[in-house]
Amino acid sequence: MIHSREILQTIEMIDQQHLDIRTITMGISLLDCIDPDMNRCCEKIYDKIVSSAKDLVKVGQDIEAEFGIPIVNKRISVTPISLVAASTEAEDYTPFAKILDRAAKDVGVNFIGGFSALVHSGFTDSGRRLIASIPRALAETERVCASVNVGTTKAGINMDAVAMMGNCIKQAAERTADSGGAACSKLVVFCNAVEDNPFMAGAFHGIGQPERVIHVGVSGPGVVHVALKAVRGEPFDVVAETIKKTAFRITRMGQLVAQEASRRLGVPFGVVDLSLAPTPAVGDSVARILEEMGLEVCGTHGTTAALALLNDAVKKGGVMASSHVGGLSGAFIPVSEDEGMIAAALAGAITIDKLEAMTCVCSVGLDMIAVPGDTSAETISAIIADEAAIGMVNHKTTAVRIIPAPGRVVGDLVEFGGLLGSAPIMPAHQASSADFIHRGGRIPAPMQSLKN
Amino acid sequence: MRAIVTVIGQDQVGIIASVCNALSEQQVNVLDISQTVLQEFLVMNMLVDMSQCPLPFAALHDALREMGKAKNLDIRIQREDIFDAMHRI
Repeated sequence: MIHSREILQTIEMIDQQHLDIRTITMGISLLDCIDPDMNRCCEKIYDKIVSSAKDLVKVGQDIEAEFGIPIVNKRISVTPISLVAASTEAEDYTPFAKILDRAAKDVGVNFIGGFSALVHSGFTDSGRRLIASIPRALAETERVCASVNVGTTKAGINMDAVAMMGNCIKQAAERTADSGGAACSKLVVFCNAVEDNPFMAGAFHGIGQPERVIHVGVSGPGVVHVALKAVRGEPFDVVAETIKKTAFRITRMGQLVAQEASRRLGVPFGVVDLSLAPTPAVGDSVARILEEMGLEVCGTHGTTAALALLNDAVKKGGVMASSHVGGLSGAFIPVSEDEGMIAAALAGAITIDKLEAMTCVCSVGLDMIAVPGDTSAETISAIIADEAAIGMVNHKTTAVRIIPAPGRVVGDLVEFGGLLGSAPIMPAHQASSADFIHRGGRIPAPMQSLKN
Repeated sequence: MRAIVTVIGQDQVGIIASVCNALSEQQVNVLDISQTVLQEFLVMNMLVDMSQCPLPFAALHDALREMGKAKNLDIRIQREDIFDAMHRI
């Protein structure tokens, strides 16, 4: 029999250290819903989602009860809508977002991702229409998440798309000014987007994916933090080993839940995403792990090195524990969703520049960062360009989820509530990047792309 | 299916008896049991076999929780697999 000590350790991880399955995400292909008639297309989308995912929430709850492990979110990702809607005459894709929203509500999932377009090499007409529809679509729906891929290591960066996304984010913020620009929390701009990401807001079901698939995202910053408290003052070799062992345990649990969900739903298992995903709850913070390594506050010198170690050790521990690892897999550093990050930002210890450096060594990017409402579209585009360049050159996924909160200034705090937390407004550079962004065109793919 | 029942709380007369009673009423067989008392604080683990249990897992889980609440104890039942996954290779 399992030792009492081990049983208690598991229960303690769940009860006191916030160990949970962050999400079970069902990926659903909508390619067979393509139809020249928009209404007919929407009907097919609704029927496909509801018939595929009708048991998702129930199965999640059953597994939760039987294993005694909380499954915080049940979600859906779908084929990028720019592909599905391309056959229609529609100019505005908001009706597609609304049908996704309705399907999500009817099956009881809290987010549905895939109001997306991949435009890294250039725009299809449909890609352009989708991007133009994002501000209204996000403002008029509740659970829909949008993402746009503007660059890849293979293709370079589509700077016209980067410019467009700066405007898109500004408009999305203005349309939801009452809630501090909350629509922007559901919009991600990617470089090297992945097809099998279970986490929102950037999840979509890539075209290389099966008809339906189950991906699982684990969590557990609190567990890593507690494990590191036990080795305070020890050298980094010990720190890395401790994180690896902890990540192994967390991921084994994720693998078990993924297999069980896949079996019960009759849907193939895709990947376990090994990300450490924080929440605004005390004791569930990635920033506090970095501080536990010996930093007075997250953001001070040494933070990037600490994060590099953490990110790498999580992967090394996790990869042995799962048959298929994928998605984003790394430590997330969303500002508003991490209690320690919020504290560091309020204290002025962490800046956008430092966060940008940190994104070189972790997944995913500048995440849930609020900037003053008067930040120009060009500045936002330039922030996106910087982040995309890091992803492109380093062969990794990077993303920007930024909120130019209307009417807010540095020092204010925007409340989004729930897992999205609260974001202190951080200063962006005042000097203009407008001429840089207005050039347009494409930044060529780097030498790293020439691997064949 | 095998599961682990964990009881945590203030030690008192008849805890094992009442948990075992509740389990036997639902045809749940106790395979192994271990307990420690630390400063009047009881931690008990039971390995049980649920293959004959007529109740759905969630219903048994809720029934044990309720019983625990009445006695001021934290009683939970979880499938054995989760502990195996986390602690055995």
